[in-house]
Amino acid sequence: MRRAVTGLGHGTDNAFLVIAGICVILFLLIIGLTAYFVLRYRRSKGEVPEDIHGNALLETAWTILPIFIVLYMFYYGWLGYDARRKAPEGALTVKANGQMWAWSFEYDGAVMSDRLVVPVGRPVRVVLSSSDIIHSLYVPAFRIKQDAVPGLERMVWFTADKTGEYDLFCTEYCGTGHSQMLSKAVVMKEAEFTAWLAGTAAANRPSPGAEERPSGADLFKAKGCSACHTTDGRPLVGPTLKAIFGKKVRVSTAGKEREVEIDEEYLRRSELDPATDVVVGFPPIMPPQKGVLKEEELNALVEYIKGLK
Amino acid sequence: MASDGAGYLGGGGRPNGLFSWIFSTDHKRIGILYLVSILSFFVVGVSLGFLMRLELISHGPTIMEASTYNAFFTLHGVVMLFLFIIPATPSVFGNFFLPIMIGANDVSFPRLNLLSWWFYMAGAALALATLALGPADTGWTFYAPYSLRTGTYVSLAVFAVFVLGLSSILTGINFVVTVHRLRAPGMGFFRLPLFVWALYATAWIQIVATPILGVNLLLVIAERVFGIGVFDPARGGDPILYQHLFWIYSHPAVYIMILPGMGIISEIIPVFARKVIFGYRAIAYSSLGIAGVGSLVWGHHMFVSGSSYTAGVIFSFFTFLVAIPSAIKVFNWVATLYKGSIVLATPFIFALAFIFLFSIGGLTGLILGALSVNVHLHDTYFVVSHFHYIKFGGAGFAFFAGLHYWLPKMTGRMYNAKVANWSCLISFLGFNLLFFPMLILGIEGMPRRYFDYLPQYSTLQTVSIAGSWVLVAGLIVMFANLLKGSLRGPRAVHNPWGGATLEWRLPSPPGKENFEKILEVTKGPYDFRGLR
Repeated sequence: MRRAVTGLGHGTDNAFLVIAGICVILFLLIIGLTAYFVLRYRRSKGEVPEDIHGNALLETAWTILPIFIVLYMFYYGWLGYDARRKAPEGALTVKANGQMWAWSFEYDGAVMSDRLVVPVGRPVRVVLSSSDIIHSLYVPAFRIKQDAVPGLERMVWFTADKTGEYDLFCTEYCGTGHSQMLSKAVVMKEAEFTAWLAGTAAANRPSPGAEERPSGADLFKAKGCSACHTTDGRPLVGPTLKAIFGKKVRVSTAGKEREVEIDEEYLRRSELDPATDVVVGFPPIMPPQKGVLKEEELNALVEYIKGLK
Repeated sequence: MASDGAGYLGGGGRPNGLFSWIFSTDHKRIGILYLVSILSFFVVGVSLGFLMRLELISHGPTIMEASTYNAFFTLHGVVMLFLFIIPATPSVFGNFFLPIMIGANDVSFPRLNLLSWWFYMAGAALALATLALGPADTGWTFYAPYSLRTGTYVSLAVFAVFVLGLSSILTGINFVVTVHRLRAPGMGFFRLPLFVWALYATAWIQIVATPILGVNLLLVIAERVFGIGVFDPARGGDPILYQHLFWIYSHPAVYIMILPGMGIISEIIPVFARKVIFGYRAIAYSSLGIAGVGSLVWGHHMFVSGSSYTAGVIFSFFTFLVAIPSAIKVFNWVATLYKGSIVLATPFIFALAFIFLFSIGGLTGLILGALSVNVHLHDTYFVVSHFHYIKFGGAGFAFFAGLHYWLPKMTGRMYNAKVANWSCLISFLGFNLLFFPMLILGIEGMPRRYFDYLPQYSTLQTVSIAGSWVLVAGLIVMFANLLKGSLRGPRAVHNPWGGATLEWRLPSPPGKENFEKILEVTKGPYDFRGLR
């Protein structure tokens, strides 16, 4: 087992080692005794069986003793859980949102990132939500996991004590792209983190004079579109979006096949309500974006897709 | 009894041919119906599992797309749980031997018994129909709100499970009433074979817990068809409520799977140690203990789902407590071996494999029950490995042990013991090679239900895939040997193992009527005096 890089994780690892250690001892005891009896009392060696109906003392002993052992395990597991209940005062708050099939992280209500970037040595409080179905945020190196449930807000916290990049998974099965719903948790030095935060904020801010408009290319990644649609001609779970504008495509509408031209209206409809026209040969699984995408985000995405050559 | 030695297997009645089987109300024939159908679905389940493992041999799509893989693990779960392991032991060996073991000529409601087989087949047909139409891709847990939104045939799959649940309830009711009403004179509760005790406890769980699953599944269908908004947060529903209702059944269901298996082991160990079982009452009561405490632990599937902190602590506590009655059983089995006169015959070798595998399953369950450790291991390969050790290594190997113990009685023919021992060894090694690496993968953080994985998990995945080939090879040898033995093996004597329970007093195979006249039971089920 690779060492945990959070304080909570060390507690988890200790509990794991203690409990697993006891389990190994119990296992060797059971299997050792079984093997010994099987080898020792063989009929082929002329052993004569002796009927023993039971032994009240032994039954009591192996009922009471294991109760103490498992209560000890229970207590050890509880210790590490209790610490997870409440984040320390002054923890940095990051909002995490899951959707099919991408994570997005929000800092100070403005800065967006598709990776969980945090400073080393400072407690971080992640507030989880979901915009469609249940996902689960899991960073094995931190020993944290929490479901992101639509309609609810859930909290998980940690203090990373080592810089580096760590795997971040979705661990609640969420459909076709589940195993692609990956990201990284990046632990930086405090100064680097401050610089990253400022840099990302600046990049997110519209340049002076320009309209306040999110970039379609960024949205395409951040909203999870790229988990199913490529821009280079390969089909994935969904059709590619390379140079589709103005082309004709066969779709299935309410069970009937027809041919439609891909115009702006079609693109908007396909995002807000993808089940209306489903491209033939692909499963009808795209989550509807109605109420998820803001109007200007939708516009930006449509413009982006129109421009894909 | 039939003079040609065919016993209940012999024809000559009306109706004849296939109809004499599928419309038979004889508990023995119904047991055989279940045996044939359940093993057929087991082959389907194994094939799906084998192909899923094979898919992971390289990165990206190898032999199937992600959506196919997702449908496969859903169907693998549904088939293995609802069509194989839940009904396997109660419906095959329970139907066949429960009445005989208590000295009865049939179950209390023979026609209800036949109906439950028909429900089982109807449910199976519906479940497999989704395979042709567009199999559900939700996982066997059907978690909302995903199961409410996906475009696959979830409603049909859910309805299939609902119908299978009806079958399970009917079998449970039948067994409870039979044990209470049809015991032969002298067969007190504490003279019941421990297999019957285990089935009795199981039957109560089936009766009490299955309706909750039924209600839950109907709500899913109502939600999908009418949009009633019980589970879908977009309509004001609560997805966590779905998980509670699901696990209130599905955790006790784990005990529906394992308790009958424990019952088989409790039969086999004393017979091959040639001595009375150690701690009869402790084993009998622990079955009831498991059934009772086992219904209070469902929340341990939900420690990170967002239910309350206090609930987590309470459910963890009960989870550790439910380990005690299981441990008591294991201790008593081991103690039975002490000062025995052990015969290393095939059923006993399978029972030893069971003790080994079930111990790993049970002990890894303790690791998962610990709250902080569970946060790390939940929904990883560790969990996948743990429940395969319990359900396949435990319940599955117990079922195999039962096959090698009772099939000579059921078919009147003997299999090749040497080949059977080898098949046990190969399957046992393959099983560990397949599932032990998954424990480590889980500790390293590999999430379950992943169609693809990061490069650091490749080595252990490859070992595990190789294990699946060894396991399948072992299973092929095992079933080929049993099939050949059942059809063309040498005639079995009436009591090949020297058992003391009532089925060993009957000819192999038993006659159409189990007992020609009512018998008086005068001794316990593990009293081998005069049989040694």
